[in-house]
Amino acid sequence: MRQFLVGILLFACAAACANAAEVRVVYLHAPESKARLSLIDIPADDDGLAGARLAIEDNNTTGRFLDQQFALEDVRVPPAEKPAVGAFMEGDAPLVVADLPADLLLMAADAGRARNLLLFNIGAIDDRLREEDCRGNVIHVAPTRSMLADGLAQYLVWKQWRRWFLIVGTHAEDRLFGDALRRSAKRFGARIVQEKTFEDTGGARRTDSGIAQIQRQLPVFTQGVPAYDVLVAADESEVFAGYLPYRTWDPRPVAGSAGLVPTSWDPSFDQWGAVQMQSRFMKMFGRRMTARDMQAWSAVRMIGEAAARTRSFDPGTLLKFLTGSDFALAAFKGQRLTLRDWNLQLRQPILLSDGKMVVSVSPQEGFLHQVSELDTLGVDRPETRCRLK
Amino acid sequence: MPPICRALLGIGLLICARAQAGAFTAYISNEKSNTISIVDTEKLAVVGTIKVGQRPRGIELTKDGKFILVAVGDDDAVQMIDTTTHEIVANLPSGPDPELFTQDPTGKLLYVANENDNTVTIIDLASRTRIGDVQVGVEPEGMGMSPDGKILVNTSETTNMAHFIDTQTREIVANVLVDARPRFAEFKRDGSELWVSSEIGGTVTVIDPTKHEVKSKIAFEIPGLRKEAIQAVGISITADGRTGFVALGPANRIAVINAETHAVQKYLLVGQRVWHTAFTPDEKYLLTTNGVSNDVSVIDVTSLKVIKTIQVGELPWGVAISRH
Repeated sequence: MRQFLVGILLFACAAACANAAEVRVVYLHAPESKARLSLIDIPADDDGLAGARLAIEDNNTTGRFLDQQFALEDVRVPPAEKPAVGAFMEGDAPLVVADLPADLLLMAADAGRARNLLLFNIGAIDDRLREEDCRGNVIHVAPTRSMLADGLAQYLVWKQWRRWFLIVGTHAEDRLFGDALRRSAKRFGARIVQEKTFEDTGGARRTDSGIAQIQRQLPVFTQGVPAYDVLVAADESEVFAGYLPYRTWDPRPVAGSAGLVPTSWDPSFDQWGAVQMQSRFMKMFGRRMTARDMQAWSAVRMIGEAAARTRSFDPGTLLKFLTGSDFALAAFKGQRLTLRDWNLQLRQPILLSDGKMVVSVSPQEGFLHQVSELDTLGVDRPETRCRLK
Repeated sequence: MPPICRALLGIGLLICARAQAGAFTAYISNEKSNTISIVDTEKLAVVGTIKVGQRPRGIELTKDGKFILVAVGDDDAVQMIDTTTHEIVANLPSGPDPELFTQDPTGKLLYVANENDNTVTIIDLASRTRIGDVQVGVEPEGMGMSPDGKILVNTSETTNMAHFIDTQTREIVANVLVDARPRFAEFKRDGSELWVSSEIGGTVTVIDPTKHEVKSKIAFEIPGLRKEAIQAVGISITADGRTGFVALGPANRIAVINAETHAVQKYLLVGQRVWHTAFTPDEKYLLTTNGVSNDVSVIDVTSLKVIKTIQVGELPWGVAISRH
């Protein structure tokens, strides 16, 4: 009976899908809380997923000419089932685009190793995933905190804003970003003249008369600080940074988690052909493209590019191509993006956005490197603690 | 008539004709200033400016030399400009955001790449109407026409392919994978080779247009420059098919290539972010558009030296040179 069914299926496929080989790509995500200080930063339900969908279309346009087809499967992990994240990859899809926090990503990677799955991390920016906790089956498309911090620091130093007032939040991610900013300051010759911690007292992010209090609290909080050029905030949890611009005691610019923000993509970005990308995205989804969308697009395009060049969907073959010297991703950043073969991190420029426009793109002029100027951003090969397994 | 010609009028017209051969007109599209700079190639100076639509990029002359065609991307049109009056006589229905285009050898049809809807639009130049579309890859950009007019080549930036389109049936007959972000396609004048530049890949792929196979790949290495800074864009090949010139974008150089062996002969330092190139009709000079330094470099094709830099408008993008 079973053989008979397989026979029918094969026949149906022969008629319907001609010679096209198809690969399924899983988009694995565990949607999180959407608390944001600004309404316009609340992510859409398909944030990230939409980027992957667009890239699947792009891959299929190329695939049409090469008899390759790509399909995307949207797999959401419900909060209660996070510990069993590995079970959500139990189909026959060899490639997984993962938008997961660090711990879940590691669980998924280890569960996928036995089945020879290749994962693309598009959500977690933790440096440890590329360092002591690196995995041989995880490619990192999202930039790291240290890359983001370095991209920002290079610009602040280029601008001669070398005296920083650093404010760090109390959540784990805030502290990690604070660490990355301190490391960047040291690396590029900025000085932290004062550091403060902003306690999260657990208040609501939105109240009907919140502005009045904030306007009184923030100047006091930023008062009595030695002379500084720029206030740098580490607040990934969205507790306070958005309140800083225009409310500091001294009139100073704000950067980091608010003001001038380092990112992999911005909806306003229009250089190097990016307008085409932005308008294709807008046409398809009726909203603007976020950094998460771009990271997902890049991951799926990396899959498409490797599959087209190698004429294969085998994860091992794709990984070998992606870490080789022939791989170059065109992602509207003005130069080729390649992989750091020592920890599978995608090299990429960092955009600096003020929320309305892109102010600059790092690496900045004059920050040189013997291999690639992009390696002036983040942890470099000689410092890495990653041993790929 | 230049004074030297008048003086020589009685002695020998032949010599005079040779001396005059350098007087052509180059038209430079300035992407940021929304203008075309007119350059006299004998004086090597800007002699006029034409105001055009928004974001002018791809630029060519009609085969009869009567009109300038310029893609004004932000106005969603290709503008037709009279070369004598400098007046815009028509806005051709190119489709959204046109960037590059090409004409068939008779000059009747215009093929425009539309990056936004993945098509090539075909326009009849006499009636100035759209007569058809061809579906191609993602973000079509580079356009090349085989010398016999039978094959149109379109490169698509995100699909990373050169699509070979039969101009009779308007169907794709072959696809050749090239390196990342192909920008420009140029046939040798005898149709024996097609060169496709890849901006992000930083290479030029040489394709056999009959077999649709990659013949060789030209890579560029410049001491002191990172691989990321070498981005191949514009291509010009001499009529005898012996020498190729490739603009290398932010590498600020033009690569000179032995077009028979495909070996790089030398690199010429020009202005910043060099994108497109064009020969004077006598192939004495090659002009290059240098976007970031707002100028045009003039290369002497025989001595392979940069002999002059001409300031033009802001962000010069494309260049077309008229016989007149």
